Amino acid sequence: MKPAKFDYYCPKTLDEALSLLEESGFDGKIIAGGQSLVPIMNMRLSGPECLIDINRLHDLDFIEFDEEKVKIGTLTRQSRVEMSSLIKENCGLLSEAVPFIGHVQTRNRGTFGGSLVHADPSAEIPLSLMASGGSVLIASKEETREVDVEDFFVTYLTTDIMPTELLTEVQIPIWSGRVGYDFTEISRRHGDFALVAAACQLTLDDQNKISRVRLTLGGVESVPLLVEEANQMMMGEKLSEALLNKVADIVREAVDPESDLHASADYRTHLAAVLAKRTIQTAYNRAGR
Amino acid sequence: MGVHQIRLTINGKTFVEEAEPRMLLSDFIRENCGLTGTHVGCEHGVCGACTVIVNGSAVRSCLMFAVQADGEEIQTVEGLSQNGELTPLQQNFKECHGLQCGFCTPGILMSTSDYLAKNPEPSKKEIKEMLSGHLCRCTGYDGILKAIQKTVEDNKETILIEGS
Repeated sequence: MKPAKFDYYCPKTLDEALSLLEESGFDGKIIAGGQSLVPIMNMRLSGPECLIDINRLHDLDFIEFDEEKVKIGTLTRQSRVEMSSLIKENCGLLSEAVPFIGHVQTRNRGTFGGSLVHADPSAEIPLSLMASGGSVLIASKEETREVDVEDFFVTYLTTDIMPTELLTEVQIPIWSGRVGYDFTEISRRHGDFALVAAACQLTLDDQNKISRVRLTLGGVESVPLLVEEANQMMMGEKLSEALLNKVADIVREAVDPESDLHASADYRTHLAAVLAKRTIQTAYNRAGR
Repeated sequence: MGVHQIRLTINGKTFVEEAEPRMLLSDFIRENCGLTGTHVGCEHGVCGACTVIVNGSAVRSCLMFAVQADGEEIQTVEGLSQNGELTPLQQNFKECHGLQCGFCTPGILMSTSDYLAKNPEPSKKEIKEMLSGHLCRCTGYDGILKAIQKTVEDNKETILIEGS
């Protein structure tokens, strides 16, 4: 299993990288951590003509905070996000989600932005970003634009990014008030792709009624699914068994998973409802503490 | 396409070699540098046999191109023992039957060395999680786990003795 031949460029600045991207057009592919790209190249499922390696763009490796949001550079290794105590304090959902990605050895190399751009519908970082909300910055030679996470994922392994563009930064809002969150997933073995993953972040008012909520599901659609109907339904409510059952009904209608070697569509639908209830319950309990 | 000149350090020794961009770091270490202690199993990042330490982090060498390691510092299993003395971890693998056929061993040793350097007192669960990135097809996990746990315990004792 060896990859096909390709040209290799290793730009030292963002500007140089963007110029190379523009020149190579559809033939060029960015490589960062390579933990998804290199396997598919080794298996010859992908054969880019030209690789542009952004690992020397050290300016894109950062975690920064201001009062309202966390900013994470695209090249930041997943293990750095996992270990960051500031992320844990301000963006706990992310700290909980990252250990589910692959293994220690792949998180040491895999990048935060790379996971988003790869856009596997069962992946952890896309799902938790959808649950917390936020946006990404996408740069090209011409401009830098900001795209909300809701508009970023297009379909399987496809995002809003054009071939001449590069994701540079992710911005995640810091939720205030009585915040609760949870991330959970079911996979065959630790580190495998999730059969179904669920994430929920919510806030409660002083009467323990849900004042803001984002329930999201992974592995059940072509993109991370924000279950908007359920989220609207839960607003202003206290949690009850009846409410959770209503959410489960909505989830079963909303998801459209596929059958494969690992699980049937029916089982994934069942899991989606179970994990949705579980993750809302945990998030609610944590917010109420 | 062409070839690139790659200069890197493995276990403190500098190598300057030429390679095509598509050459995997795992193959480069074995074929160009002649260090065959790093084993190549699945070649798509699943089995962990090829794990080496690059700039202080355990990573899969089959998921990096050699050209990406230009200028970097690498440690392979050959770099663990000093002057023929096994490291305590290696010694414990020997004593606790931590290896059977030995194919997965170099990768596990590299991962564990890096992991214990950063987390000196992991729980059994944490060790298992770290090991989940490695496949042992002899299924000899019990001995591997014991070897690592013994190393952790020995380290604790050493720290206590030094402290007293």
